[in-house]
Amino acid sequence: MKNTGFLLASLAASLMATSALAQDISVKIGVLNDRSGIYSDITGEGSVIAAQLAVEDFGTDKGIAVEIVSADHQNKPDVGSNVARQWYDTENVDMIADVPTSSVALAIHEITREKNKVHVNSGAASSDLTGSACSPNTVHWTYDTWALANGTGGAMVAAGGDSWFFVTADYAFGHALERDTTAMVEKSGGTVLGGVRTPFPGQDFSSFLLQAQSSGAKVIGLANAGGDTINSIKQASEFGITQGGQSLAGLLMFVNDVHSLGLDVAQGLVLTESFYWDLNDQTREWSTRFEEKTGNKPSMIQAGVYAGTLHYLKAVEALGSKDDGAAVVAKMKELKTDDPLFGQGEVREDGRKVHDMYLFRVKTPDQSEGPWDYYETVSTIPAAEAFRPLADGGCSLVQ
Amino acid sequence: MFELLGIPPQALFGQLLLGLINGSFYAILSLGLAIIFGLLNIINFTHGAQYMLGAFVAWMLLTYFGVPYWGALLLAPVLVGIKGVIIERLLISRLYHLDHLYGLLLTFGLALIIQGLLRNQYGISGLPYAIPPQLSGGQNLGFMFLPNYRAWVVVASLVVCLATWFVIEKTRLGAYLRAATENPTLVGAFGINVPRMITLTYGFGVALAAFAGVLAAPIYAVNPNMGADLIIVVFAVVVIGGMGSILGAIVTGFGLGLVEGLTKVFYPEASSVIIFVIMAIVLLVKPAGLFGRTA
Repeated sequence: MKNTGFLLASLAASLMATSALAQDISVKIGVLNDRSGIYSDITGEGSVIAAQLAVEDFGTDKGIAVEIVSADHQNKPDVGSNVARQWYDTENVDMIADVPTSSVALAIHEITREKNKVHVNSGAASSDLTGSACSPNTVHWTYDTWALANGTGGAMVAAGGDSWFFVTADYAFGHALERDTTAMVEKSGGTVLGGVRTPFPGQDFSSFLLQAQSSGAKVIGLANAGGDTINSIKQASEFGITQGGQSLAGLLMFVNDVHSLGLDVAQGLVLTESFYWDLNDQTREWSTRFEEKTGNKPSMIQAGVYAGTLHYLKAVEALGSKDDGAAVVAKMKELKTDDPLFGQGEVREDGRKVHDMYLFRVKTPDQSEGPWDYYETVSTIPAAEAFRPLADGGCSLVQ
Repeated sequence: MFELLGIPPQALFGQLLLGLINGSFYAILSLGLAIIFGLLNIINFTHGAQYMLGAFVAWMLLTYFGVPYWGALLLAPVLVGIKGVIIERLLISRLYHLDHLYGLLLTFGLALIIQGLLRNQYGISGLPYAIPPQLSGGQNLGFMFLPNYRAWVVVASLVVCLATWFVIEKTRLGAYLRAATENPTLVGAFGINVPRMITLTYGFGVALAAFAGVLAAPIYAVNPNMGADLIIVVFAVVVIGGMGSILGAIVTGFGLGLVEGLTKVFYPEASSVIIFVIMAIVLLVKPAGLFGRTA
């Protein structure tokens, strides 16, 4: 019995050896995100499946064997840091993907630099990842607070919303989003009348919304995400805020949030995303594959995990090695990006991946033709204008 | 017009009213917990999950069976209450002779299982549930816009809380219940079926949680974690009011809603902590809680 097992194993080994190329590399990717809390629908298991799809599409014929592991960081920087250290130190993980929640992402970002590994961030929003805190080991893929501020903030001011009040989630992400949107509003000639910092995560926002209402600001900027945004919008509708002439700006909203709110409440909201399942044939085809495995349409974060993982693997292949994290990231910057979801683009010196962003408006119940048919495109923000100019970020990698 | 610490009085009244509204959820939930603890000596950590189930069952009734809000307000607590009765008979009743800790662990585990199952099925983003058409819109009170639905929440929870208090403290049935907690053997000797009474009490406590869940469905996101977020605060409310004290739970529930509302105006960052600060102070000064009896 023992002998048969041994024979089978060596047979399998020799089969693998014949199909492998000279540069036999095994890569281990850790998808670290929120698997049980308020961001678990937009990241969670869906991101793991997105990474698996990337491995599938990358192909098994390139001499790179990929293993994917995953863990829950519970939106807590200490939990996330422990997992990351364990992965890097004892489990030979080469790249950590996703990591929503900016406070956790900034911690993983530093550990990755310290261990010279790779972090391809899709889930977090803080533009500091490629700004003041930038690192030669991080690529920030999907979106950031500057791009959101630029898209939604810019559009609201252009439409006459020149006075703002912020309802801000009280942690790194909310602060960064408020800061970047304030800068955008003031640059466009608007003013910020005030704001309130809300405990994260929150349930009842009516008190904060009432403060926003009495501020008399034309636009109430929701610098929060996930369940916080859903509760804010639901309660704003209840308190007649939009009927009173004030507009809501959901600065970070996902298609899943709209799904949860229902079009009755969400209709008319303007929001910025870098991906929507119904953009073109390629996004539709990939999203169908994704939906078959998860039962939901992908969020832009999950799409970003797919595209980021694919590009990482291409860089490892081109470099012929995975060991020096900074070198792999340098290769990712050198190679142009090309994938079915974000099209062609590039990773800048500061680690920022640039691509088009889209300004969407949520459809009315009459316009929508069925589940997940939620957005109409208002405008496309070209890649060159969608992200913070390289020189303005204060990144030390930029010469 | 006078101003209090830079806050105009209109805004203050508005915030106080909102505090009262949030307080009504604390009151109903802590009332259920207090009844269950007072009569069964079980620290019911499943309470948050049962509140969440109330909201989910309301959503399911509407989505799968077309039962509107008003039907759900009656049906959901009954259904969730029956589920509570089954859990009590099958599981919790086996733990009465053991230390509190076992009941706590069991109910906490049950809560995690219920949340996990629903999360697996429906995800975390939540499900849409509209305000019933009869209660949409609102009144302009001069100092604030009061949605009709929120006014209804306060009235409904006050009525339910007071009715419960009345039944337990002022009626013959309530007297049996209170007697059964003091000395179940003696009450049983008088021919009263004590185990059945305890089971029904648990079912009623659970139904109260589900009732709060249905009330919450149109204004909060209906998601599997909605109870977990609230339950810790509600436990603090029960501890401040005095474990097992019915009136304590109601008064502290509304009172802490007000305090939290005020904190949201003066120092919003602290609004999630303030209740625990009060809890710490109360425990230092009066360990049995504001309305609790010292054993």
